[in-house]
Amino acid sequence: MEEARRGFVSWTEERLRLRAIREFLTHKTVPVHRYSFVYYFGGITLFLFIVQVITGILLLLYYRPSADAAYESVQFIMSKVRFGWLIRSIHSWSANLMVGWVFVHMFSTFFYRAYRQPRELTWVSGALMFFLTLAFAFTGYLLPWNKLAFFATKVGTEIAGDVPLVGKYILLLLRGGEDITEATLSRFFGIHVAILPALATAILGIHLALVQVHGMSRPISVRAEREIPFYPDFLLRDLAVWILVLALLATLATLYPWPLGEKADPLAPAPPGIRPEWYFLFMFQTLKLLPSRVLLLEGEEIGILAFLLGGLVLLLVPFLDVWAHREQANRWVTAVGVLAVVYLVVMTVLGLALPAT
Amino acid sequence: MAEKQDGLAFQWNHISATGQVRSESKDGGTPMDSVERRITRRSFLDYLLGASLLGLAGIVLYPLTRYLIPPKVTEVTGGSVIAAKVGELAPNSGKIFPFGGKPALLINTPDGQLRAFTAVCTHLACTVQYRPDLAHIWCACHDGHYDLRGQVISGPPPRPLEEYHVTVKGDNIVVSRKA
Repeated sequence: MEEARRGFVSWTEERLRLRAIREFLTHKTVPVHRYSFVYYFGGITLFLFIVQVITGILLLLYYRPSADAAYESVQFIMSKVRFGWLIRSIHSWSANLMVGWVFVHMFSTFFYRAYRQPRELTWVSGALMFFLTLAFAFTGYLLPWNKLAFFATKVGTEIAGDVPLVGKYILLLLRGGEDITEATLSRFFGIHVAILPALATAILGIHLALVQVHGMSRPISVRAEREIPFYPDFLLRDLAVWILVLALLATLATLYPWPLGEKADPLAPAPPGIRPEWYFLFMFQTLKLLPSRVLLLEGEEIGILAFLLGGLVLLLVPFLDVWAHREQANRWVTAVGVLAVVYLVVMTVLGLALPAT
Repeated sequence: MAEKQDGLAFQWNHISATGQVRSESKDGGTPMDSVERRITRRSFLDYLLGASLLGLAGIVLYPLTRYLIPPKVTEVTGGSVIAAKVGELAPNSGKIFPFGGKPALLINTPDGQLRAFTAVCTHLACTVQYRPDLAHIWCACHDGHYDLRGQVISGPPPRPLEEYHVTVKGDNIVVSRKA
């Protein structure tokens, strides 16, 4: 028996080189200090992503991406398929929590300067995944083909169409034509279930490999009390947190099943009070507050250029904050971060509180 | 695993805390006493953890497996459908029509009688058709032949085709399930 076991171990070891993987995993340690809780944030985001992949594949079994059948198929999932309401509600809730946690994870790594040398590319890959997350959210929102999603997509793609010079082409590319039609639904479906997952898998792979190679960053001037191995010690703690998040998801999905709304009607007028999902509200509100003309450009164009610039700055944070590489926490960098958070929160709250017109 | 833990072994009913499972009994004790096992706090927690994880796996996998089984699509049963208009079907011809979500076959025999059958072959569920040249029902998949009563003439089908009730109501040929 013992001999057979040893034989099996050496057979697999010779072929799979599991020891190398285990060594790679044990190589990483996690510092313990009073801000250690932030090390769970990335893991939580990862868990929500895994939940999205699993529930997304399950939804694919019944979802049909056509203007005639999309709404009905989601209705079928919600009402006829056993536990379909649970799977779809978890997918929607997990999507929203994931967008939220991506923000939390991003700002915590920002304020603790986790992007400083040698982790610049970990940040860049993370920023790219932030954009991918928003793209996932934007394309997935249309798929149930309900009224709110239809008009949110109409407005959203219209905004993309205001990008100077290439806007018109982006709009055509996204919509698959001049208007939001079944062609748009087809495209969004393909982007949501094939293109974005492929990109996300590749970038997430790089991101996680880099985190594993470099280990967790220790905030500037914080001294670690001790270090614990990532595998298995920290991984087990991660898993315990994941179980809590799963419990939260199940509770939210059960108590507040995600509504489906009314079926989209391309000829119906936009319903009053239309606004995008909460994570796009800050852009929506900004564009609403801008005057219609600023200097030579339209207000919309100014807003979009500002957001594009903001995205670029976000991507290049590790290269702009030159102080962090000298282990200095520059207060102006912190101030910019705080300003960004305040701006996001205020604009989102305004978007929620002000009556939509 | 349970050996040499924090030394917090405790007694569990009659099982004394002296070591591993032992088969020999000490000075003629009861059979219960003969099984001696050490349950440490650590191994007890391991059991609890294992049981909780098993429970969690069940809670997650139960809805998943139920979700995978497609729900029954409600079939239009017991009802009747209008299969064709009177005069639509010439003698020695047939027509496939939907009946309860499945194909059914209405035939007008060479001597002008209307009959209806399920069009699902009893062999491997292909859709059968009426062959005017043979004047009977034929399944193309594996060359199964049925007569004008749905009985198997030749080929692999194991059972006759189920026959439906045909009535003419005004202008319509109405097909319903036989009671």
